[in-house]
Amino acid sequence: MSKVIIIDDEPLARSVVNEYLQKHTGMEVVQECADGFEGLKAIQQHQPDLIFLDIQMPKITGFEMLELIDQPPAVIFTTAYDEFAIKAFEAHAIDYLLKPFSQDRFDKAIAKYTEQKTENGKNTQELLEAAAHSPAQNQRVVVKNGSKIKIIPVHDVFYLEAADDYVKIHTPEGYFLKNKTMNHFESTLDPQQFVRSHRSYIVNVQQITRIDPYEKDNHIAILRSGAKVPVSRSGYGKLKEVLGL
Amino acid sequence: MAAANSTIRFRIVFIIFWLILFTDQVLVLNYFGLPWKEALIDSGISNFWLMLLSMLIINTLRFYLPRGNQYINIFSICVFLSILWLILTRFILKLSLGYYEGYRELLQSSLSIRYSIGFLVLGCVTMIGILWFNQKEQHDYERRKSDAEKLAREAELFKLRQQLQPHFLFNSLNSINALIGSRPEEARRMVQQLSDFLRGTIKKEETQWVTLQEELQYLQLYLEIEKVRFGNRLATEIHVDEAAGSMKLPALLLQPIVENAIKFGLYDTIGETLIRLFAKKNGDQLEIQVINPFDPATSSPRQGTGFGLKSVQRRLYLLFARTDLLTVETVSPAEGEKDNTFITHVNIPQTGL
Repeated sequence: MSKVIIIDDEPLARSVVNEYLQKHTGMEVVQECADGFEGLKAIQQHQPDLIFLDIQMPKITGFEMLELIDQPPAVIFTTAYDEFAIKAFEAHAIDYLLKPFSQDRFDKAIAKYTEQKTENGKNTQELLEAAAHSPAQNQRVVVKNGSKIKIIPVHDVFYLEAADDYVKIHTPEGYFLKNKTMNHFESTLDPQQFVRSHRSYIVNVQQITRIDPYEKDNHIAILRSGAKVPVSRSGYGKLKEVLGL
Repeated sequence: MAAANSTIRFRIVFIIFWLILFTDQVLVLNYFGLPWKEALIDSGISNFWLMLLSMLIINTLRFYLPRGNQYINIFSICVFLSILWLILTRFILKLSLGYYEGYRELLQSSLSIRYSIGFLVLGCVTMIGILWFNQKEQHDYERRKSDAEKLAREAELFKLRQQLQPHFLFNSLNSINALIGSRPEEARRMVQQLSDFLRGTIKKEETQWVTLQEELQYLQLYLEIEKVRFGNRLATEIHVDEAAGSMKLPALLLQPIVENAIKFGLYDTIGETLIRLFAKKNGDQLEIQVINPFDPATSSPRQGTGFGLKSVQRRLYLLFARTDLLTVETVSPAEGEKDNTFITHVNIPQTGL
């Protein structure tokens, strides 16, 4: 028996999936959710095998919700129109359904899911990497703080710091951890605003008040908050370029 | 039309000017003792050639306008042309009026004054020609510029519609798909509403003015569709003063404003959403407010949809040459509420319709 969760902000869209699923024995819908927050809670609670996920939803997108799950289940995306998402799907998704879709098309997606059940996790990670470059997603960072979800607009970020397998995101409200690499943030955040000043640091240039020399060859950036961010020699070059010095 | 009129005016002025010049010369020659017949012939020949040269200058200017640093060339051309004119007319006048006694002497003694007048006339014609064609060029340039802007604007609006519609359209079709199985009557109604809505978007021209009542009827279709999509999450309130209903506004002006309100008030909030629209008459202006909730943490209606509201602002600017007709304000949440409120104000002057 596969446990299924449907996440979509439109009730009728959920009812179509539900209706199409009736044919498939061995599939049980354990919960329907109207947004990413509910979805996240339900996934943690039920540990489903498969989720149907819409992309455009209130507050956080389907992609952002998936990012917050450590071991994402198999995902079949359902979306009406999102050029960027479709590009990401084509490359990496198990399957995606473009609304409105037929029972036939739906059955094919289910068949695909049953075939490749095992390797789903890996695909999802790659998909999220691809989707993270979408314009909507470089404007904010979504993190999990205990059981709470925190949405950080990128202009609120002071700087990012590498911390083992995580990245520490420093904000006015303290720091948040996100299970991503520095390279991920360097490639997704706007390079005109966020500069990799050091192997372990990415700084928001709008927060810098001054840059002082520090030891030999190195510099240190002083932020408005008073925080000090190390700047390597190559980082100094990049900063100078962005700041137009 | 305007260009043709001004060309006709230019020709009339040109002819009158030459008639005056012609008569003047006849009178002066007669005053100095030349009989009427000979004076007429003299003046006719001189002014005919002067006019021919002037027309030559004007026609040249039509295709070739000198730029700032070439005025010295123009001066020398005027000098040269007036000398040419003098030699030519002197030759012809001698041939045709040489029989009259004392005419040769009169001609010889008046050469310098003839030259001065010729030079002055040609100089003036050149100056006026340059000014006139310069102005025309400027005018054409401005018209081209405004045409280009209009085209760009239309393209931009078209693109905007394309960007906004597919998401709405496909999701609506998906809702219909869901309703067909369970509630076919509602599915049928929604197909009707969606068709009417789409027809309205295609049919209406941006230049058309409609009454508020008409625009609201059309918006109602859109809101009804959204209500089906989102179930009872969406509530709308529309308050229109009696006097405001028949007031006019540019077609499809409210549409992007309400779309913006839906985008932030409904697509990006959780739970029930109330979108309100107030319209009233204020003097000779139609005053409209659209009020929606929004969450500042995940969206900023001011920047995010920038283009939705910006295109409205631009249209209002092009229609009324004012930038203060569309304003927005955000209100922090009242006690016990979580979302901020976003208010869009639009004023539509009723003058100049």
